[in-house]
Amino acid sequence: MASQAVKSRNTISLKGSAQIVSEFFNYAVNSILYQRGIYPQETFVQKKQYGLAMMVTKDDGLLAYLTNVAKQMTDWLEKGLLQRLVLVVTSAYSNEVLERWTFEVQTDAAALGDGPPPEKPEKEITAEIQAIIRQITASVTFLPLLEDPCTFDLLVYTDTKSAVPEEWEESDPRYITNATDVKLRSFTTKVHKVDTVVSYRTADA
Amino acid sequence: MADNQCSPLTQRENSVRLFGPKTPGRAGREKLDRFIPQRNGLDAEHGMFQLGQENQGSAASGDGSQTTPSKEEYKKLLAASLNIHEQARVLAFKHKAPAPPEGHDSGLASLYSANLGAAPSRKQFRHVPTTQERILDAPDLVDDYYLNLLDWSSNNVIAVALGATVYLWNAGTGSVEELCTCKNEGDYVSSLQWAPDSSHLAIGTSDAKVQIWDAGRAKQVRELCGHTNRVSALSWNGSTLSSGGRDSVICNWDVRKRKDEALVATLRTHDQEVCGLKWSPNGQQLASGGNDNMLCIFDANFQLQHKIAAHQAAVKALAWCPFQSNLLASGGGTADRHIRFWNTLTGAQLNAIDTGSQVCALQWSRHEREILSSHGYSKNQLVLWKYPTLAKAAEMTGHTARVLHMAQSPDGASVVTAGADETLRFWRAFGEPTTASSKGEQKAASAAGTSASMLRSVSIR
Repeated sequence: MASQAVKSRNTISLKGSAQIVSEFFNYAVNSILYQRGIYPQETFVQKKQYGLAMMVTKDDGLLAYLTNVAKQMTDWLEKGLLQRLVLVVTSAYSNEVLERWTFEVQTDAAALGDGPPPEKPEKEITAEIQAIIRQITASVTFLPLLEDPCTFDLLVYTDTKSAVPEEWEESDPRYITNATDVKLRSFTTKVHKVDTVVSYRTADA
Repeated sequence: MADNQCSPLTQRENSVRLFGPKTPGRAGREKLDRFIPQRNGLDAEHGMFQLGQENQGSAASGDGSQTTPSKEEYKKLLAASLNIHEQARVLAFKHKAPAPPEGHDSGLASLYSANLGAAPSRKQFRHVPTTQERILDAPDLVDDYYLNLLDWSSNNVIAVALGATVYLWNAGTGSVEELCTCKNEGDYVSSLQWAPDSSHLAIGTSDAKVQIWDAGRAKQVRELCGHTNRVSALSWNGSTLSSGGRDSVICNWDVRKRKDEALVATLRTHDQEVCGLKWSPNGQQLASGGNDNMLCIFDANFQLQHKIAAHQAAVKALAWCPFQSNLLASGGGTADRHIRFWNTLTGAQLNAIDTGSQVCALQWSRHEREILSSHGYSKNQLVLWKYPTLAKAAEMTGHTARVLHMAQSPDGASVVTAGADETLRFWRAFGEPTTASSKGEQKAASAAGTSASMLRSVSIR
């Protein structure tokens, strides 16, 4: 009986994986917004997650936005349509893209079908996510200072097959010219594999 | 055929690449007369890739050959490396996230500058040694509040009057020299002051004489008569010597003139003995204090500017601020106990400290914004005050009777005090100059330092 329970906990269903990835996105985005000082520090509250003290926004408008995006994202993740989530940091003055955080999602084709659910202990996944969150926190040390007040936007790369939901619109990819890329760690639930890359504008020579 | 089809296209593509995103075209855009589309949102690489695919497709149909799996793989890799997602649709949520509050500053700038190390913190109060460096015996020093018997020349020679005799003590070598003695029995020296050239010493005596001595030759060069009672205060301003006496008169002598013409001005503002007299460092104003509790400010033409009746006792301690012109500090006697700070242009009192004790002498620090005061009963202490906060920085005790006179060393670091306990004491109250303003000063300072050990206790007489 006990062995059965353990086994079921280690199997990762598509739905569960989507939940994990979506949750990770939420915390990662919150973390970036906090670490990069895009929103005032006092609008964040501490929350224990992944064995770390995460900073999560308490701003109602931002919360509503993130929840809406997360809901849609979970849907796409479950259908395997989500390819990337991109957080774009733009200067509020010049509208120039200063930073681009890319979370590339690779969905395991077998898991989308009726293949047997892969197994991976939750502990391992948490450890991998923890490492990424730590890297995001540490990124402050190498990313250039955001001198202007900044705004952010989330871009989602989806399959062309999927219909555009009503509340979404098509956007340009908003690349950074003269970007430097830094690849962070990845994590996998064996259903979804998430790679994280941060690109930032190199200082003008 | 394929060539015909694609050559204009490829050419066009080339031109696109020519004006690709790397071209710094922003400045030149307005000069060109043809339409160049906005390329920020244009994925030129993607376009190139797709054009290539189109060409290939047409070529393939023309040739009838199949694309090999390796070519497909290469295409995939190329697509991946160029960040092209053919089947991707970039979507953004219509309702954007709320903008951060207006005027929000990320505060990361402080984090970025944190590695520079903490800002050098200035110690609020530097260390001030509270004990004297050395003590000299000064027997027969007249215990009279109204006299001025101690001065330190810029040649590092201290002149002190002990009873009827003036002694010169060289602070560099420690040698003692007897300059002069009053001839008549019962007379004594009541004041002395070094001339700015530091080779001449003005001496006022109890028999109402003002004498000017050449210290190098130990010879009297002038004798000025005009007072009718003892001369208790002297002050030089270039070649002008001002003397104040018990006859409540301030006489101003031009020492370059003949004996009968030397008295250039007589000031009869005070009603009682003039015991404090100081020319300002710029020579524009003369401050005088008297036993009538008055503080008077005269200009360089000996016109009375201000007559201030703020002190409740005799005004003996006077000190002009070296770093702020028109700032004068004056200290009152036992009944007053205050140090008052004046703007001598307007006559306004800027500040006052109740010291709780008779103020006998005042000296400003030349390096720090500090003023040192010497006091009488009950603690006979020296107190170092910060200016303008007037915080007490240090209190130095050692004298066993009131500290009557005070003089500053030429390097501005040390102070010598003469107390009614018949001792001279040296204090390092003002610390080292941060930047030695002249080599001579530095030399004098080092000379004073070396002699310190060898002359820990030497009797002048």
